[in-house]
Amino acid sequence: MSGLWHGKILMLMVVLTVSRHSLAFQARNANPSNQPGTNASTGNGTENTITTLPIVTWKWHHTEGPYLVALWVLVSWICKLVFQLNPALTNVFPESGLLICIGWVLGGIIYGADKVQTFRLQPFTFFYYLLPPIVLDAGYSMPNKQFMGNLGAILVHAVIGTVWNAASLGLGLWGCWLGGAMGHLNTGLLQLLLFGSLIAAVDPVAVIAVFEEVHVNEVLYIIVFGESLLNDGVTVVLFNVFDAFVSLGGPAINAVEIIKGIISFFVVAFGGSLVGIAFGILISLLTRLTKKTPTIEPGFIFVFGYLSYLTAEFLSLSAILSCTFCGVFCQKYVNTNMSEKSVNTVRTTMKVFANGSETVIFVFLGISAIDPSIWVWNTGFILLTLLFIFVFRFMGVFVLTWILNQYRLVPLGLIEQLVMGYGGLRGAVAYGLVFLLDENKYKEKNLMISTTLLVVYFTVMLQGITMKPLVNWLKVKRATTDEAMLAEKIMNRTFDHMLVAIEDISGQIGHNYLWDKWHNFEEKWLFRILMNPTARKSRDYIFNIFHQLNLKDAMSYVQEGERRGSLAFVRNDSKADVDFNKQFDTDFTDMPDIMGPDHIPVPFVLRDSVPSVSLNMHEQDQKMRESEDFNAHHLLQQHLYKGRKQRHTYSRKQPVVNRDEDEVQEIFQRTMRSRLESFKSAKMGVAQPKKITKHSKKDQTEKMSNGKPADDSKIHSYGDEDFEFSEGDSAGDAAGGSFPMAAYKGGAGIVNPAYMAEMDSNEPMPPMPQIPPWLAEAGEDSSNVAPSQRAQLRLPWTPTNLRRLAPLRLSTHSNDSFLLADSPATQEGTEPQPPLPLQDGRGRGTHM
Amino acid sequence: MGSTNSTLSKIPNVEELMRETGFSPAHIVRLYDRFESLDKEKTGHLRPEDFGAINRQDTVDFHSFVRILAHFRPAENNRPRDPSLPEPVNSRISKLKFAFQLYDLDKDGKISRAELLQVLRSMMEMQVTEEQLESIADRTIQEADLDRDDAISFEEFRKSLEKVNIDHKMSIRFLR
Repeated sequence: MSGLWHGKILMLMVVLTVSRHSLAFQARNANPSNQPGTNASTGNGTENTITTLPIVTWKWHHTEGPYLVALWVLVSWICKLVFQLNPALTNVFPESGLLICIGWVLGGIIYGADKVQTFRLQPFTFFYYLLPPIVLDAGYSMPNKQFMGNLGAILVHAVIGTVWNAASLGLGLWGCWLGGAMGHLNTGLLQLLLFGSLIAAVDPVAVIAVFEEVHVNEVLYIIVFGESLLNDGVTVVLFNVFDAFVSLGGPAINAVEIIKGIISFFVVAFGGSLVGIAFGILISLLTRLTKKTPTIEPGFIFVFGYLSYLTAEFLSLSAILSCTFCGVFCQKYVNTNMSEKSVNTVRTTMKVFANGSETVIFVFLGISAIDPSIWVWNTGFILLTLLFIFVFRFMGVFVLTWILNQYRLVPLGLIEQLVMGYGGLRGAVAYGLVFLLDENKYKEKNLMISTTLLVVYFTVMLQGITMKPLVNWLKVKRATTDEAMLAEKIMNRTFDHMLVAIEDISGQIGHNYLWDKWHNFEEKWLFRILMNPTARKSRDYIFNIFHQLNLKDAMSYVQEGERRGSLAFVRNDSKADVDFNKQFDTDFTDMPDIMGPDHIPVPFVLRDSVPSVSLNMHEQDQKMRESEDFNAHHLLQQHLYKGRKQRHTYSRKQPVVNRDEDEVQEIFQRTMRSRLESFKSAKMGVAQPKKITKHSKKDQTEKMSNGKPADDSKIHSYGDEDFEFSEGDSAGDAAGGSFPMAAYKGGAGIVNPAYMAEMDSNEPMPPMPQIPPWLAEAGEDSSNVAPSQRAQLRLPWTPTNLRRLAPLRLSTHSNDSFLLADSPATQEGTEPQPPLPLQDGRGRGTHM
Repeated sequence: MGSTNSTLSKIPNVEELMRETGFSPAHIVRLYDRFESLDKEKTGHLRPEDFGAINRQDTVDFHSFVRILAHFRPAENNRPRDPSLPEPVNSRISKLKFAFQLYDLDKDGKISRAELLQVLRSMMEMQVTEEQLESIADRTIQEADLDRDDAISFEEFRKSLEKVNIDHKMSIRFLR
């Protein structure tokens, strides 16, 4: 472990030396005025006249800009990598703190090389490139239900709390300045108020960074986080107002200006939000039309999100509010309209950008500190600022929460208030703002910069480090791991309905009433306008949860299978109908948004150790679980086999790979043979498991159409085989379930489908004669499978030869002697009885 | 205050009602006003026509009205309960029992599959097919049913809702 450490450090040093060289190179060429910037300027403009053809030239000045950017991003991310190697470290220190430390080191190196800080976090870069992804991600993955539910508390804290913080800090500092505690400072009330306003705001970047590791309960998190996002409206206004006031000068400020200031708050805040919502609507409308361009589809979100940010900035409204509300508004509609793949792409990419941005920001926050030119030390100022920030924050939180508690259903306890107060972290936004100050107007700009940096370090590092122990010590309620039991969700929804009714009866306009009204409005108008008609039909809260749970279970089965090592699992892209094909990788990311519960697409997170079987299964007995696992593996194997023969056609437009009809036919034949084999050996008396779930029609459809058991819930539906038998569908399950029988030789466990070839040679029954009878039944598929008719109607595509698989379901019609012999077991209306060997054979085959 | 007293005097057995449900006099008066406004015909009873019926009885008089609404008062956990008194109406257990009754239409103490199906049917907004409904019902029962009798008893119901904060979910603020 330590060896790895050293290696990584070494590598880092190498990278740094390289960049140092490049820096040294430019430093030599740099103008004496040395513009600070992420790309140090070079003055290498002199063109040398060449005398001979150069084979290779050193094109540094061409590539400098992008090169440095890329290099710095890489270095920042490597830093993150470096200390992730040591988990003990990350448990104690918040990641952001460590990044800052590494930033210090890097800054020191650079400074040592150049004697001047060539790199610094530029406000422009920060506000236009680094911050938007973070905000967009925050908005898009915001748990809307909790956000809206606590919106009152959030707004109170964001608006009133921030104003209070700014005012109290500014006035406090002013008072102390007047009192002489700070020595001689060339400043005034307005400047101090401005300083107060920029440092008073809780910073979203810092909050995310610290709270992400602490996992407090959702309400607490959402209040602090929401506050950090929404207070930007106030911060922007205060900053601009006071900046303008400072320019105007003291005497010019009268009541008119102050009123204008207050009005500008409303304009900025509401304007920003409206811009965001407008863009949200645009995105939703656009995603209705993007069915044909699935590859670009995810990109629209990013472009629009960024545009909303820029537009608000352009109109001098609150850009953060705009971006946040854009994400908050559009998430539901966009997630419904886009294909699942695109949704996953968007989510993942957004996390990459947001996290990456955050890393870069913190590293640069560290680097920017190593610059003696900006450091001015004034003990009084700095210490008083720190003190006031702390004290006034707590005061504000306590008072406001006390007021809020009069109106809240769930009062916020003292412990929560403590965490809220302590979680008032300042961060990069304050730093960016302070750098924007004009040093001619603000003689003490450097002092302010120093103080801001110190405050940021203090909050991020000290408060970050102590946050976890504090939370543990106070026994704060932690985030509930989302087990998403279907029963629970249904009950929850029932309660909601109930509450609406009760509120209506009791004549109160309560929270639920509003929720219901908004819901109705949404259904009537928004869904119709903003959502795809087809997508709309598939929206249903409870059904989606059911669907998600099924997928989750399927995934865990796959994991189990993989862990047992005998499946060569091939990822397989196919048409979107097969929901089975979730991108398994995406769900293993460590999603920092702990608040996914009510968010339909999000809860699809296996936060437990990935290979573990779904929690639902723990309640059932071991044998059943194993048997179900095996069944799942059979089903999956069927799926797998297809995948093996996949040809990867390269296509930029389509992420989908073609499937070949012949291949399907071959699969069909092989599986038929193997099925016959299995019927012979399938006499194990495995206890009939309890009837669990009836898989949905939709899944059944796909299974029938594709011949592969795309149906995840099928995994549960042992008992349902009986159920389906009675409907005449049973053969479908049987077919699906037994296709992979090939792999089973008593007790062999799960065998790689690649070995199926060998099986064939052991096949006692000549394959050919058996096939025609099955095929011969191709014609009469409809009559015996009433539900499948419906299924077939719903099929988006049913190639003819696949339909031949349909009659396979009809074990009752089979000519197979074995089946006939056992057919009584498969008659309609069979009840689940434990010793039904054939059904077990259908479902599971032999296994240990 | 004067109107409160006069209204209170109109209601029979009001002290007993208050004690049983825990509502304050102001609350009772407010509920009474609401009751009267709902009871358009001034019969002293609310019939299903006055609002969609909430329970099995065909009519609801004021006392039942208050009792039912009392279930939705936010629970007070900090007050030490006098063990001799019966369980307060708004405690977690009674809320759960109330909710359970909503499902258990035939009052046999168990939520059978059919009953669950009925509730689901009324809750599902979109066109979900019957099979899907049945799958969902089956899965729900499977998740909650611990003794495998294919129905959810009150104990199982309670257990499945352990994580849900009933106090918050089934409370209306104004009734505090």
